[in-house]
Amino acid sequence: MDKNVRNRYTVGVLVSNEPGVLSRVSGLFSRRGFNIESLAVGPTQDQTISRITIVVLGNDSSIEQLVQQLYKLICVRKVRVYDPANTVERQLVMIKVAANASDREGLMRLVEIFKAKVVDVTRESLTLTITGDVEKVSAMVELMQDFGITEIVRTGTVALQRGNQIMNSEIFDL
Amino acid sequence: MKLCGAAILIECLIEQGTETIFGFPGGAVLPIYDELYKRSDRIGHVLTAHEQHAGHAADGYARVTGKTGVCLATSGPGATNLVTAIATAYMDSTPVVFITGNVPQSLMGTDSFQEADISGITMPITKHNYMVTDVRKLADTIREAFFIAANGRPGPVLVDIPKDVQIAETEYVPATGDALIPALSASHPMMQLRPVGAALERYKLRVEPYVAQAAELVEKAERPLIYFGGGVILSGAERELAELASRIDAPAVSSLMGLGALSEESARMLGMLGMHGTHAANIAMQRCDLLIAVGVRFSDRALGNADTFAPNAKVLHIDIDRAEINKNVTTTLHITGDAKTVLDLLLPRLEKKEHPIWMRQAQSMAEEYLSNDLFEPRKILKAMSELAPAITVATDVGQHQMWTAQHFPFIRPRQLVTSGGLGTMGFGLGAAMGAARALGEPVVLVTGDGSFRMNLTELSTIAYYQFPVIVVVFNNGTLGMVRQWQTLFFGKRYSQTTLDRGPDFMKLADAYGIRGARVSNEQDFRRVFAEALELKVPYLIECMLDIDEMVAPMVAPGSPIDSFCLN
Repeated sequence: MDKNVRNRYTVGVLVSNEPGVLSRVSGLFSRRGFNIESLAVGPTQDQTISRITIVVLGNDSSIEQLVQQLYKLICVRKVRVYDPANTVERQLVMIKVAANASDREGLMRLVEIFKAKVVDVTRESLTLTITGDVEKVSAMVELMQDFGITEIVRTGTVALQRGNQIMNSEIFDL
Repeated sequence: MKLCGAAILIECLIEQGTETIFGFPGGAVLPIYDELYKRSDRIGHVLTAHEQHAGHAADGYARVTGKTGVCLATSGPGATNLVTAIATAYMDSTPVVFITGNVPQSLMGTDSFQEADISGITMPITKHNYMVTDVRKLADTIREAFFIAANGRPGPVLVDIPKDVQIAETEYVPATGDALIPALSASHPMMQLRPVGAALERYKLRVEPYVAQAAELVEKAERPLIYFGGGVILSGAERELAELASRIDAPAVSSLMGLGALSEESARMLGMLGMHGTHAANIAMQRCDLLIAVGVRFSDRALGNADTFAPNAKVLHIDIDRAEINKNVTTTLHITGDAKTVLDLLLPRLEKKEHPIWMRQAQSMAEEYLSNDLFEPRKILKAMSELAPAITVATDVGQHQMWTAQHFPFIRPRQLVTSGGLGTMGFGLGAAMGAARALGEPVVLVTGDGSFRMNLTELSTIAYYQFPVIVVVFNNGTLGMVRQWQTLFFGKRYSQTTLDRGPDFMKLADAYGIRGARVSNEQDFRRVFAEALELKVPYLIECMLDIDEMVAPMVAPGSPIDSFCLN
């Protein structure tokens, strides 16, 4: 396999909810030479478990190695590399755009097309939120640049498998 | 019964059967040392000169006994001095529990005196680590630490205990037997380190099809080769390994960490593989059609060039660590599991085989040595093995280490104590004293003048405790392995490798009150070494060697394993 091939993988990790977990997991990525494109972490319905979603570049064999290394961390309960065809991925971005009255109409048209939301308006600016997969969010951000982005904040990608498939720390992957 | 954290720690160590702690006191572990004082009837302590060597001693203790070693140090510099010892244990998969004190939690994060974030620092070099923030969790944390260190692929675990937790009191409930095992659900990753009972039966059912496929691979092989490593020793699978080799009539090669798992007296043992492996081992690797790799991790020092490694072979990899599979070498088939468990499943499926031609070919490639009158490392090691064939041998790192691996025939597991993965110069003397403390019998340390400078401060420790460590210094007046690379790859520009300076090792031995002898011929060496074995006291033997002595054979880094740059 060509070691230089780099694809984007989205990896879900269920971890024990305890201090230091995030640095154990992110430390493993940097130490093994993986670049994290995005990372999102939050609690789950089970208070003892947190869920980390990481987007990372690699190839099939490097990702296999990454998964096995993750499983060696005592705090890691379950790891899954999502199949893009069977996964819903979302990012949230908040954008503050310089927008006076004359810009506003054009902006609002884009807001409608992208199903974005206006969360704050002043005479000189407009703050929007948009959710979607990486491509949609990036396309919106690019168009906003024409108006002048004064501030932007983006969450990491989060993902869930479609249908009835779930990630459960109590079920073995054998 | 209500106890303070420090007392609970000591009780928990006694629960685990700890006989000896290797350590060094300091401000943030005073309560622990106080409890140790009160419980000295139940638990011993070896005071070293430096925390690093206490860490190596706990490591050496674990390597020769298979039991978990324990090391104790104070906060800040005490803890950071352990870092090299922890990384050494991590790379070689040794079970050691490191305990550090830390500043009280009220001062934590304020850059207070002797404060260091040791759990943060050691995250990448421990199997797991803890900072205990509540005395009520202390006992279970210690029990978990021991469980994690010893089960699955062993490794070091660090437990950092702030001083206020050592002082705080709580109810202590003693535990024995099963109560020492963490009470977690079967799906918890910690419990999967050691499948027992029903979980073990499930495991066996799950791997059965792969075991059958493995047996088929072996059945079809015409030139099978066994490559074994430290995993066999950690698993206690040496008998199964010998049975495998004889059942399928296959030659075997070893990684550095595997030496002794199959006796080098066995005709099937071709020696060590790798950069300084034997001709027979390296050439057999390139010619075999099935490689049966057991408890190895395909280190770059063993592989040479991964792309040209064992080009004709299918690879069957048996290892307890799933992350080692397909990491450096792509396998045909793998079975994840404990070496002994897997071999026990595999052996009954294997027919008795004979490969007389292949065996003869493999054995015929062994190198021959020309006799001469020089005082050479090989002769020292041969003399040593003749006088004490079963003695435990610790080494430091460098030429002397490779000579020992090549020329001392190891005949039993846990006989060689060496820093293979991290290659820690300065490992040896601490490790040797840990081994001597555990075994209560003479241990030889083969070291070089370069490595010895890094740990000779511990002569005071072996002198005080009268550990029967025979320190054999190969003194060639240089950092020999680096010099060898400078000779071969850097145009003989000996940058900062010549050790044309003191100390006078005989005066040093005298200063520490131990016996010493300087020898420059084999006859004298034999006499002095025999005397040291007889006396069972610390002994320093300095062997004067030529500065240009090299380790051969040698394969240049990244080259195919059968293309020797030095014969």
